[in-house]
Amino acid sequence: MRPVSYSRVADVATAIGTVAADPDSTFLAGGTTEVDLQRIHVARSKRLVDINDLPLRQVEELPGGGVRIGAVARMSDVAQALPVRRRFPMVSEALLLGASPQLRNMASIGGNLMQRTRCGYFRDVAAPCNKREPGTGCAAMTGVNRGHAVLGTSEYCIATHPSDLAVALVALDAVVLTQGPAGHRQIPADDFYPMPGETPDREHPVAHGELVVAVEIPPLPMASTSNYLKVRDRESYEFALASAAVAVSLDAGVVTDVRLALGGVATKPWRARRAESVLVGAPATVESFRAAADAELADAVSHGMNAYKIELGRRTIVRALRTVTGDARMVSDDGNPP
Amino acid sequence: MRIDCVVNGEPRRADDVWAGESLLHVLRERLGLPGAKNACEQGECGSCTVYLDGKPVCACLVPAGQARGREVVTVEGLGDGDLHPVQRAFIAAGAVQCGFCTPGLIVAVHDLLARTPSPAEEEIREALAGNLCRCTGYEKILTAVRLAAGREHES
Amino acid sequence: MSPVLGAALDRVDGRAKVTGAARYSGELNLPNLAHAVLVGARVPSGRIIGIDCRQASVADGVLTVLTHLDLPRVAARPKLFPSLFGLTAHGQSFFPMQDDVVHYAGQPVAMVVADTVERAEHAATLVQVNYAETPSVTLLDQGRDQTYEPAKIFGGLLPGRNPTRGDPEAGLRDAAVRLDVTYRFAANHQNPIEPSTTTAVWDDLDRLTLHDATQGPTATQLSVAELLGLPPTMVRVVSHYVGGSFGAKALIWAHPTLAALAARRVGRPVRLVLSREQMFHSCGHREEQEQRIGLGADRDGRLGALRHDKTSLTSHYDDWAETSLEAPAVMYAAATYAGGYRLARGNTITPTFTRGPGAATGMFALESAMDELAYEIGVDPLELRLRNHTDVDPSTGNPWSSKGLRECYQRGAELFGWSGRDPRPGARRDGDWLVGTGMASAAYPVAAPMNPQRARARMYADGSAVVEAGISEFGTGALTAMTQVAADGLGLPFDRVRFVGGTTDLPNIAAAVGSAGSGATSSAVHLASTGLRDQLVGQAVADARSPLHNADPAGIVVRDGRMCLRDSPQTGETYVELLRRNHMPDVEALGVWQPTPPDGGGHGMFTFGAQFAEVAVDADLGLVRVRRLVGVFAPGRVLNRRTAHSQLMGGMLWGLGQALLEATRMDPHTGRWANASLADYLVPVNADVPDITIDTIEVPDSVVNPLGVKGVGEIGIVGTSAAIANAVHHATGRRIRHLPITVEDLL
Repeated sequence: MRPVSYSRVADVATAIGTVAADPDSTFLAGGTTEVDLQRIHVARSKRLVDINDLPLRQVEELPGGGVRIGAVARMSDVAQALPVRRRFPMVSEALLLGASPQLRNMASIGGNLMQRTRCGYFRDVAAPCNKREPGTGCAAMTGVNRGHAVLGTSEYCIATHPSDLAVALVALDAVVLTQGPAGHRQIPADDFYPMPGETPDREHPVAHGELVVAVEIPPLPMASTSNYLKVRDRESYEFALASAAVAVSLDAGVVTDVRLALGGVATKPWRARRAESVLVGAPATVESFRAAADAELADAVSHGMNAYKIELGRRTIVRALRTVTGDARMVSDDGNPP
Repeated sequence: MRIDCVVNGEPRRADDVWAGESLLHVLRERLGLPGAKNACEQGECGSCTVYLDGKPVCACLVPAGQARGREVVTVEGLGDGDLHPVQRAFIAAGAVQCGFCTPGLIVAVHDLLARTPSPAEEEIREALAGNLCRCTGYEKILTAVRLAAGREHES
Repeated sequence: MSPVLGAALDRVDGRAKVTGAARYSGELNLPNLAHAVLVGARVPSGRIIGIDCRQASVADGVLTVLTHLDLPRVAARPKLFPSLFGLTAHGQSFFPMQDDVVHYAGQPVAMVVADTVERAEHAATLVQVNYAETPSVTLLDQGRDQTYEPAKIFGGLLPGRNPTRGDPEAGLRDAAVRLDVTYRFAANHQNPIEPSTTTAVWDDLDRLTLHDATQGPTATQLSVAELLGLPPTMVRVVSHYVGGSFGAKALIWAHPTLAALAARRVGRPVRLVLSREQMFHSCGHREEQEQRIGLGADRDGRLGALRHDKTSLTSHYDDWAETSLEAPAVMYAAATYAGGYRLARGNTITPTFTRGPGAATGMFALESAMDELAYEIGVDPLELRLRNHTDVDPSTGNPWSSKGLRECYQRGAELFGWSGRDPRPGARRDGDWLVGTGMASAAYPVAAPMNPQRARARMYADGSAVVEAGISEFGTGALTAMTQVAADGLGLPFDRVRFVGGTTDLPNIAAAVGSAGSGATSSAVHLASTGLRDQLVGQAVADARSPLHNADPAGIVVRDGRMCLRDSPQTGETYVELLRRNHMPDVEALGVWQPTPPDGGGHGMFTFGAQFAEVAVDADLGLVRVRRLVGVFAPGRVLNRRTAHSQLMGGMLWGLGQALLEATRMDPHTGRWANASLADYLVPVNADVPDITIDTIEVPDSVVNPLGVKGVGEIGIVGTSAAIANAVHHATGRRIRHLPITVEDLL
C-alpha cells in the first residue's frame, strides 16, 4: 500500500505550517483533482492535509461592488451566491457550466484555480510529458490533440488550462489571495497562470506550503450583464472546446469598455487583450467583433487535429460579443433574469 | 486509521482504513453497503453518488478521512421501511434497466426534488448530467423525475 | 395469448435495483477474499525483455505476482467463436501471459494478487517491465497497403465475400445515375457502466465457481473450463445481475480465467475488476473501418447495382470484421450486388460485438448513400426507399419470415410529420440554428442459436410456479418478460410465477447476443410452460375424479390457474385441486426448442424499422443538437411493451452517440487509445436527449421461433446515425461522410 497519511487542520496557520514542513505533502480541499490524480499515479503526495474545516467558505460582498470568495467555498455554493449572480453572472455561469452537479458540490474555488490540465498525455504516466516530467518531451504535439491549445503554446507544451471559472476571473481582473510561510500575497489572476514556455511544469507562482485563501473580484458595473459562452461536443459535462467570458459597456452603439477572456483554446485562461483594444471605441457590430476575433487569433498555432480551434475561437468570440450586446439581459435584484 | 461516521442514520465504524482509500471503498467493502457503484473511479459517471452532509457527491473521489464525523446517506438509506417515492417512480416509469447507474441516479433525483420540488425540464437535465446511463436513453429517467414530482401528466 | 404477454408490467428486478439490494458479480463479501489487478503492456508491439516483480512481491498485502514466466499454461489455445452458438466462445484466439510477445497495448503482462484491492493496485504500479519495442500498426491508414481478403470472418462462420448477384460492374456501368462514396467510422467502445468483473472461488473438492459479469453464463463456463483443462462439470458460473454489456461481455475474454488461476494460486477467493481504462483494451471494441458504396440507379432511383466493400483493422491472429454488409445486402431490390471484406492486421485486441454489430455501420453507409442518391435525382428520400422496397429476400429470392417495413415507414412518417418536407438544404432557420430533417431505414438479422434451448417449469401444489433457464439479466428486462411468457404459457397470473436465471445449474440457454436472447429464451420458456400446462391438462382428462375427465384436451383452456372447457367454462377445476387430490407436491416439465435453421428454412429473417431525425445545427459554432427522433420498428412479437420500448430507446440514443460523440482515438505514436476514460470518450448525457418517440408494428412471424419474437436490443441503433447525418445535410447542405460528426466538420 502506498504510504499516504491524512490529517485535518482547523486553522490556516497550522495548515500552512504542516504542508510547508513536509515536501511530500499537499493541501486537500474538494479532492476532485487531487484524488483523481493520485489514483492514476500522476499526483504522488504522501501526506494529505485536509483544509475543508478552515474558515474560508464565505462569499462576501465588498464595498464598492466587488466580491470576495473564500478558497474552500464550493463551486455549487458560489454559483448560487446572490452577490456573484447579481454582480458577476459570467462567474456563476462559468461555474454552472463546469463539471457535474456532484463535482460542483465537492470542488473548491481554490482547487478549481489550481486544477491540472486534462491533457491525456499528462494523465498517462507512460507517455512523455514536459509538464509532468520536465525534459521528457510532449506527446501531444503529434498525438491526439483535438482538445489542445492554439494560443500561448510553446514547443514544450500545448495543453489547455481546464478551468472555466479562471477564464471569467481573468476577464474580471480578479486577484488571488495567498498566505504562506513568507506572508500574504495578492496575485492578479492573469499573472497566476504563466505561459508554459520552456517550463510547463511551473503552472502557477504558488510556493509549496503557500495556500490560496480567497479570490477577490473588483467592482465592474458592466459585468452585471456579462456572459460566459461554452462550446462543447455534448450538451453538458464536458470541458470546453472553446469558451469566452465577456462583459461590454456600450454608449450609443459604441463599445466604451470591454472585458474578454478565452478558455479551451489557450494554455492558460486567456485574456484577449488584442481583441479588447480593437473593440474599444468601435461600433458594436459583427464586423467589429470579427476584426477583434481575427486580431486575437492572428498568432494562433495549431498542431493537426486542433486546427479547427483557430476558427472556432474566432467564432466563439463573435458569438459571445453578439450575445452580450444584442440581447444583453436586464438583471433583477434577486439575480434572476426577469 | 479509524473512521467513525453516521451512515444512513446509524453510527458506523471502520478500522484500519488506509488514508488513500475512498469513501466509496469504505462503504462497499467495509460497511457492507454496495448500493453506490464503482464504475469509473474518476468522478466521471456518477454511479457512486451518495449524500455527504446532505450534498450529493461522487464517493469515489472522497478520501475516507473526509467522512470522519460526517453524515453519509446512500441509496440503501433512502427508503423509510418502504420504497421512497423516487424509487417507486423509477420502477413505475421503467427507468431501470441494468441497474448499475440506478442507485446514483436515485440519490441525484432525490436531492433535486428535495431542493426543487417541481423542477423545470432544463433543471432536470442539468441536475442529472453527471449520472451516465448507457441503457435507458434517459427519457424514462426524465419521466420518473416528473412522476416523482407529481407531474406525471406531462410525461 | 393472454393479455399478460406484451403488457407493460413493472420489472421484477426493479425493487432490488432501486434499493441497492441487487448484488453484482463484484459485490460478494466472501471470507478471505483477495483481489487481483492486471498490469497491461505499455507498448503495442514487441517483446518483454525483462520483468522485475521484486518490489511488487514484497509490497504490503501482496500474495503473489504472476507473469508469463510463472502463470500456468492454459490447456488449449482459445479459438474465437461467437457465443450465440452455445459452444466455447472466446473473444480472441490468443491468451495472454503465455509467452513474451506483445501483440497490443494493454495486453495483460502481469497480475498482482493482494489482500485488498488498494494494495493490489499499488503493487501493480511497482511491477517493472522492459520491452524491446517493434514498429506497430494501430491505425487503418498504417495497414492500408497490406490489406487482404479473408477467406472467412466471424469465427469462420461467414465468407469474406458475400455471394455476388448478377453482374454488378455492368450494372454500375450501365446505370443512368452512379454514386461511388466512401464512409469512415471511428472505433467505438461499448462502455457498459459496470466494468467487467469476475469473482473466482475454488472449493475443497477443486470445483470452481465463477461469479462473472457475462451475457452468457454457459459461454463463460465452457470457455473457462476449456482453458483450465477441466470438464464443465467442475465449473459453475453464477451471473444474476450484470451492469450492462452492449457486446463487451458477449464473448469470453481472458479475465475470468485469469481470476480462476489467481484464486488457485493463492488458495483464496479472488475478485478481478477491470478498471475503466482497462475496459478499453480488454473486451474488444467496434473496429475503426471504412466502407465504400457504389450505387447504380435509373433516373427514377430504382437500384440496378449495389457494391459494398469494407476495410478494417483486425488483430494479428483473428480475421474479425463486424458483419457490416449483411443487412445492407438485403435491404433493397438491387438487381445486382457485390460485397466483400478486406482486413489489415494490426496491433490490437481482436475487435468484437458492439451494439448493433455490423448493421450500425453498414446501414449508415447504405442509408447515407441512399440519401445522396435521393438528392442526386430529386426524389423524396422516403419515396426512394419505397421504390426500392423488396417483398422477397433479394439475396435468395426467398420470402421474408415477416417484414412490416412499409408500415414502419408510414407510421414513422405520420408520427414525425414527414410529408410536405421542403427538400431544399439550408432552407429552415431558427435563430442561430439551421434546422433539418432526415430519415433512414433500419434492418438487423434475426439470428438464432444452433443448439437446443432449454427451460424448466415446475408447479407446486399451491399453484405457484417457478420457471428456470440459465440466462443472466444485463438490463434487457429478460427476467420480467420471461415471467410473462411463463405466466401466459401456464395460464397463471403474473404474480404466481417466478422466473429464475443466473446460473449454469439451470437448463442451458445460449448467450443472449445479437438480439437473439429473447427469441431463444422465450421459445424454451414457452415450450416448458405450455408443456407443463398440457401435462396437467392431460392428467385431468385422464383422471376419473376430474370434471374434465375424458374431455378433448384441445377444447380446454387455462385461465388464472383453472382448467376449463372453452365452450363451457363452468366445467373445470384448478391446478391446485388436481394436484392436491392426487397428492402431488409438484410437477415439472422441460421445454426444448430446436432453433430454426440459419436460413429460416427458406425464409429471409430480418427485423426492420424506420428512423426519422430532426437536428439543429449552429452553423457558426458547428454544434449539432438533435431535437427529435422517431423510430418505428417491426420486431415481431413484443413481450413487454415497456422494457422493449426502453431497449429501443436506449438503442436510438446509442445511434445519437455514434452520430455525434463516440470515438475512441488511437495515438499511433504510443499505440494506445488516447481517450480511455468516461471523461474523454464522450457518451450522451441526460442533457443531450431529444424528444424521442417510439412505436412498434407487431407483424406475426411464425418462422423465427414459436412466439415470433425477433428481438429489440440492436435494431434501435441501426439507422439512427444515418437519419441524423442526413438531417445535418438537410440543415446545412453539407454531406459529412464519417462518424462521429463533430464541430470541426461543420465550421
